[in-house]
This record gives sequence, structure tokens and C-alpha cells, in this order.
Amino acid sequence: MSLDQFKDRNVTQNYMFIPVDKPPVAPLEKFKQVLKRTFKGELFVGLWVVFREMVKFNIHTVQYPKEKLPISPRYRAVHKLYRLLESGNERCIGCGLCEKICISNCIRMDTRYDENQRKEVTEYTINLGRCIFCGYCAEVCPELAIVHGPRYENASEQRAHFVLRDDILTPLDFLKEGKQEEFPGFGAVSPNADDRIKKTPLAY
Amino acid sequence: MTLTEFVIATIVKILLVLGIVSALAGFGTYLERKVLAFMQRRLGPMHVGPYGLLQVLADGIKLFTKEDFVPQNSIRPIFMIAPLIGAASAFIALAAVPLLPEFKIFGITVHPIIADVNVGILFVLGVMATGLYAPLLAGMASSNKWGLLGAARTVIQLLSYEVVTGLSVMAPLMLVGSLSLIDINNYQANGFKEWIIWQQPVAFVLFLIAGFAETNRTPFDLLEHEAEIVSGFATEYSGMRWGMFFIGEYTNMITLAFLASLVFLGGFNEWGFLPGGLAIILKVSFLFFFFLWTRAAWPHVRPDQLMWLCWKVLLPLAVVNIVITGLVLMM
Repeated sequence: MSLDQFKDRNVTQNYMFIPVDKPPVAPLEKFKQVLKRTFKGELFVGLWVVFREMVKFNIHTVQYPKEKLPISPRYRAVHKLYRLLESGNERCIGCGLCEKICISNCIRMDTRYDENQRKEVTEYTINLGRCIFCGYCAEVCPELAIVHGPRYENASEQRAHFVLRDDILTPLDFLKEGKQEEFPGFGAVSPNADDRIKKTPLAY
Repeated sequence: MTLTEFVIATIVKILLVLGIVSALAGFGTYLERKVLAFMQRRLGPMHVGPYGLLQVLADGIKLFTKEDFVPQNSIRPIFMIAPLIGAASAFIALAAVPLLPEFKIFGITVHPIIADVNVGILFVLGVMATGLYAPLLAGMASSNKWGLLGAARTVIQLLSYEVVTGLSVMAPLMLVGSLSLIDINNYQANGFKEWIIWQQPVAFVLFLIAGFAETNRTPFDLLEHEAEIVSGFATEYSGMRWGMFFIGEYTNMITLAFLASLVFLGGFNEWGFLPGGLAIILKVSFLFFFFLWTRAAWPHVRPDQLMWLCWKVLLPLAVVNIVITGLVLMM
């Protein structure tokens, strides 16, 4: 679809009117219509269509807990906190941007300076009861530390099961097995990010 | 055969028919759900047992253990007895239907008919019509407006199809000259070409249409059409009382399939290389499948359309059919 077509909001362009005959009024016309509908065999067309579908056996059911439909990498479900691939340290630098930008005020973090005078995150919770999954936190994060994962099945006995940092942070053993995939979805850098970097214009 | 033997044989037959047909009626719900699902590109019941085969069992456990609920302002005895009428009349109608050709087992000749009434088809149709008391009483006794509407529709339906059923069967009966279902069957004994459907195609179509109305199946399922009147007469029912309506409905379907194949499709006579028993089971299975098939394919009609169809189209057709049959017979 070209851009012109896409921008055209005149939705009627591809619509056409199906000619509908006026319902008959005269008794003879009504009788003719009944005869036509009776002997046209439309009922058998219906029978044939459903029988064909049964024989084709083209089943569309997804047996949900056993099989799941693939979801888009841009899907915004329960958050994840990522670790640095080599050192295994947390990527989060405790800048607090996500806490600041969160429009439903559901992110809460505590930080302190560790012995190397680096910021360390001690508490990081997301109240998923309030979160509207807008994705601003993932978008604003400068370190790609918080992202939206694909886990949409958030039914649990307690909502506290989802809010704690331990639940969303990549486990260390998981990281060591190399299973933390760089996230291609929401908040991730685009594949050609390096080309798009511009030098800070210091000339003025 | 002494009287004692006759009584014992009849009781055994009754128990067998009751057991087998009610099991088949239960299995029919499974078949219906599967066939409808396949026609709509779904899978249907899959979780209980292999391919959902034990779904009937699970449904049965659910229905039996559910609370037997009687609403406050209902007329209690009638409310409680109405489903029994539905199921009982369906099974009583089956009593006069010859289910299979007679066969020998352990040296005894078995007639697979519980009561060989000489007015068999009248008896069957009459008792099946009595079954309409079940939705009527159920709807009127349950003190529910949807139930009342369902009951009113029952009367409309009864008034519409009953005449057509009788008149459509009359033409084949004129050919045969007997009301006994066995006589009707024997009339078609000389093979495929002797089936009454070839002489009375119009009567067959009329009988099928009226049968759909009689068994309350989809093109004419006015009594409990959920998009319009919640569940009609069965709105207030739950548990096994509700289940009884269903057993009655499916038994009626089986009875009607037997009736149609006996009167029009050659009954249990041998069909080519097929032995008679297998032939009638095949015909009945096809008609049963046809009931499900139409449910997947066709929309249902309004009550006024049903009355229009039955009184203004089918009734004149049936009368004309009878007159022509009579003229041909006289010549």
C-alpha cells in the first residue's frame, strides 16, 4: 500500500452498494418470490457449504493451555529487568527516569551508593495492579535495563507475586546459560541504531 | 409362547430399549457437539477422555449432582412432573416401533418390537404429540415469563405441524392400506425400487419438515431459542430435570428417524447386499446426521413464519398430494 492510499481517509472509495430489490407487494409477486426461493436450492447450498467445511477438516481451534499463538516482539506484557551480558551485573543504574515518567505512578525504586561509589538499586517494584502497560519506562530507559516481556499470563493467587524485583530480574544461572536474549521489541534500539547516531553539534 | 414367557420377554425388551436408547441419546449430545464443531471449524469437546469421548459421562455426573431447584412461585407438582412427561412419552412412542428385523438368538425367534400394535403409526404419532405437554406444562408452571412465552410457542408449534404430520403420512398409508408399521415395512420388501419415497416424494419432504417441528429441532426450534426467549420453557430448569428434556428430545429424534426410514425409506428390508438390520441402522444414522447437519446450516424461523409455512404452504400441498394419490389409486 502506497502512502497516498494510506493517507486517504475517504473510506467509501472501495465500497460498493449491493443492489437490493424492493420487497414485493402484490400477492402474485409475493407468490413468485416464494416459488423462486423454494426451487432455487439455496438451502442445499448452505448444506453443501457446512459439509464441505466438515470434510476439509480445516480446524481453527487453538487449544490454549497446550498451544499458544505467537505474539509480536513489540507486545507489552509483564516487565523484565535485564543483566549485563558479560559481568552479570544489573543493567539498571538507578537513574530513576522510569519512576519519573511512569504516568500511573506504579514504579517505586530505592537506591544507594555502594562501596565503589556506584549507584546500586536496592528495591525495585512495579505495581502491576496500577500499570497500564504504556511502555514509557522501557522507552525512556537509557541502559535497556527494563523492557516489556512476552509473558501475558498474569493470573496468580496474590498480586504481590508480580511486583518484586526478584520476579522480573533475569536469574543469574539463566544468564550464564546464555538464555537472556537481547530484546527486539518495545524500548529496544533499532537494528541500525549505530548509523543513526549523530555527533553532538559543538560548533555553536 | 406362554403368558409368563411373553411377560418376561417384553420386560427384557423394554429394559434393553430403555438402556440402549437412553445411552444413544446421551451419545447423541456428544455427536451433535462434535459434528456442529467440525462444521464450524472447531474441535468440540476434547478434554474428557480421548477426543472428549467421556464428555457424556462428565455431563451426566454434573447433571445428577446439581441442585434440584424449584422456583418459588411455581406450581410445584406440575413443575416437577413435566420433564418426566417429556422423557416418558418419547420412550413410550418407541414401544410400537419395530427397531430391527426379527432374528434368532439361542434358538429363540426375537421380534425387536415391544408391542406390535396394529395401529402402530397412529400410536407413535399420538404419543409423540402428547410429549408436547412437557414443554407446555413446564413453561406454564415455572412462573417465568420466558417459560410462559416458550409454552405459548409450544401451542403454536403443535397447532402448526400436527395437521401436516397426519396428512403427509396419510398418502403412504393409502398406498399400503394398513396402519401397522410392520405392514408398511413389508410393503416395500421388494428392494430399492419399491421404497415409498419414490411414489410419495412430496409426502416425504412434508413429513421431514413436520418432524423437525415435532422434535423441536433447529429450523423450528422456537420453544427454547436462546437468542429470543433465553431458554424458553426450560429457563427455570436445572440438573437432571433439565437433562430429562434433552433425553426426551434426542429419543424423539431417534424415533422420528426410525419412523421416516420405516415409512418412506424401505425400513428394515434387505438393501442390495446389506442385511436388513444394518440397512435400517444406516438409514437412521443418516437421518440423525441430517438433523445435526441442518442445525449447522440453516437459520431458524419465526413463529409466524412457521404458522405461515405449515398452514398456507404445507397443508395445501399435503391435501393436494392426498387427492392426487387417491385419484391414481382409483384409476
